[in-house]
Amino acid sequence: MQSFTLHSGVVVAMDRANVDTDQIIPKQFLKRIERTGFGQFLFNDWRFQEDGTPDPQFELNQPESKGATILLARRNFGCGSSREHAPWSLADYGFRCVIAPTFADIFYSNCFSNGILPVRLSEEDVDQLFELAKAAKSSNSGKYELSIDLNECTLSDGHGFQRTFEVEPFRKRCLLEGLDNISLSLQHTDEISAWENSHGLSPIVSE
Amino acid sequence: MSSPRTLLDKIWDNHLICSPAGENPLIYIDRHLVHEVTSAQAFEGLRLAGRRVRRPEATFATPDHNVPTTDRRLPIADPISKQQIDTLRNNCKEFDIRLFDLDDADQGIVHVIGPELGITQPGMTIVCGDSHTATHGALGALAFGIGTSEVEHVLATQALRQSKPKALEVRVQGSLPNGVTAKDLVLYIIGQLTTEGGSGYVIEYTGECIRSLGMEQRMTVCNMSIEAGARAGMIAPDAVTFDYLRGRDFVPCDFEKAVQEWQKLPSDEGASYDRVEVFESADIVPQVTWGTNPAQVVGVDAAVPNVGALSDPSERSSGEKALEYMGLSSGTQITDIPLERVFIGSCTNSRIEDLRAAAAVVRGYHVSRDVHAMVVPGSGRVKRQAEHEGLDKLFVAAGFEWREAGCSMCLAMNPDTLSAGQRCASTSNRNFEGRQGKGGRTHLVSPAMAAAAAVEGHFVDIRKWQYQ
Ligand code: SF4
Repeated sequence: MQSFTLHSGVVVAMDRANVDTDQIIPKQFLKRIERTGFGQFLFNDWRFQEDGTPDPQFELNQPESKGATILLARRNFGCGSSREHAPWSLADYGFRCVIAPTFADIFYSNCFSNGILPVRLSEEDVDQLFELAKAAKSSNSGKYELSIDLNECTLSDGHGFQRTFEVEPFRKRCLLEGLDNISLSLQHTDEISAWENSHGLSPIVSE
Repeated sequence: MSSPRTLLDKIWDNHLICSPAGENPLIYIDRHLVHEVTSAQAFEGLRLAGRRVRRPEATFATPDHNVPTTDRRLPIADPISKQQIDTLRNNCKEFDIRLFDLDDADQGIVHVIGPELGITQPGMTIVCGDSHTATHGALGALAFGIGTSEVEHVLATQALRQSKPKALEVRVQGSLPNGVTAKDLVLYIIGQLTTEGGSGYVIEYTGECIRSLGMEQRMTVCNMSIEAGARAGMIAPDAVTFDYLRGRDFVPCDFEKAVQEWQKLPSDEGASYDRVEVFESADIVPQVTWGTNPAQVVGVDAAVPNVGALSDPSERSSGEKALEYMGLSSGTQITDIPLERVFIGSCTNSRIEDLRAAAAVVRGYHVSRDVHAMVVPGSGRVKRQAEHEGLDKLFVAAGFEWREAGCSMCLAMNPDTLSAGQRCASTSNRNFEGRQGKGGRTHLVSPAMAAAAAVEGHFVDIRKWQYQ
């Protein structure tokens, strides 16, 4: 898995609550049997107009969003279906981090499986980030950038906005080191077998 | 003496394999259900790493999301759908997993066939790459949806990394008023808790009202726990559960001995929950969603709410966006909303009792000329049972289409879709934008409400229905 340590990037502000995984990656793209290539379909139904051209109104299509790697959204981001195609499409598009006041549980853990850092900040902090992104939009550069340090669990724009955030220590370690969770769990095969044994299950033959 | 424990505590404690220092606990998974949409990449991962499935007999698979619900003898028209279903078939063969394939008499929606075959049992941990795995909690299991990476993890290890969720007791007192069903109950609860109210929790539904529900109604309630943000919903097993399971295909040989164990599962007297919410069932009327998330719901006797008056700015803006998408305005009576489509099906409401409830409404009536209505049974078994009871003939005579089992227009991955602007009364669980087809407008209701709406061409208050 791709590790995550330090990241700086452009923020795209998506002022919407309850963004569900059906919107992140609509079902017509779930028929593929690969893990890659989903970025082109990210937010498809919002991103493209009937004739297939990009909708200029949509957040991702605005000039200041070009090259964005950090997604800022409102609460309950990633609710709905468990489809991991949602973080696959975000990662494939280039996103490394999503910031929101709250995330849906399954989406939250799916992010960690794919090298994306979901950052929970308070409603007030998220409000302030939306304001800062808006102010940047009307300034010369147009872009708003943030830097994230996972080791220190800090997030900063280099111009006075600095916050710390919380990540479960185990998830943090996995992301920092890009650990393969299955290999890690397979180190506990003896304990798994012992559990099976004490619960009356037959032993696994080839072990 | 040990301190009193909840149902969740008991299942958790019994499945905890180890809690290594600095790592999240590893819990054992008893049953793993697999379908075609979220498994291909997991099997591919196993192959690439040269890993095998640790315990193939604990895993059961069926294609459901992406299957045609028309004549199964015909080839699947969409080559990509066909490839996905073929891939599941090949993976099950390669890894020695029991598959209820398209031509199997017991194929169906994964959350319908699990309980129906007795694969789902009290006290088990059950996972599936699907958020509505919560359904299985109705039998007193801890069941929840996982992502594809976790599917791969469970296949390889029969275990999952998981920190213990918090327990939320949702207690429902009294008994359901006439015409109010389990679907209305759960929609009401979601409306009260909001779509993220259950986030981080496992809900245990308790109270007189829950105890009075039949097994299939309990499944409807647990099914939609995810719509309140909870990863799982559960109901303590009791005589209703045991009677439902007795004689099913995959239950333990010594059933009565298993029952004795299962009877120890309900939460102990005095066990404490991290949070408790109490509802009165007498307050509940038949529900209809008006927006684009399941918490945007009102009683059938109400009007589309005045979203402009909502105090929370993000609720207000999402309400305004929802009304625009739904083509509705504040103040319109729910019963004045005209419909073009009706869908009776999905893992929420496609079991035999759901079809019986809908059929009872339809008897002696005909679908409105403006409405295209369909019934999609949840499994091959449900379909056969309904046909045995003559429900199929009743639906067809009333102008409904009668289909083969699958997810169908719940998520419209197969050819069953709404076209842009079409308005549908649906017994499914999600009214998200585009869920049933791009631009489609979904209103979630109970099977009886959907059937009555099909007849009248608009929503009607089922409490006033003249049954024939
Ligand atoms: S019926 Fe709908 S909600 Fe249920 S498993 Fe199928 S697609 Fe998911």
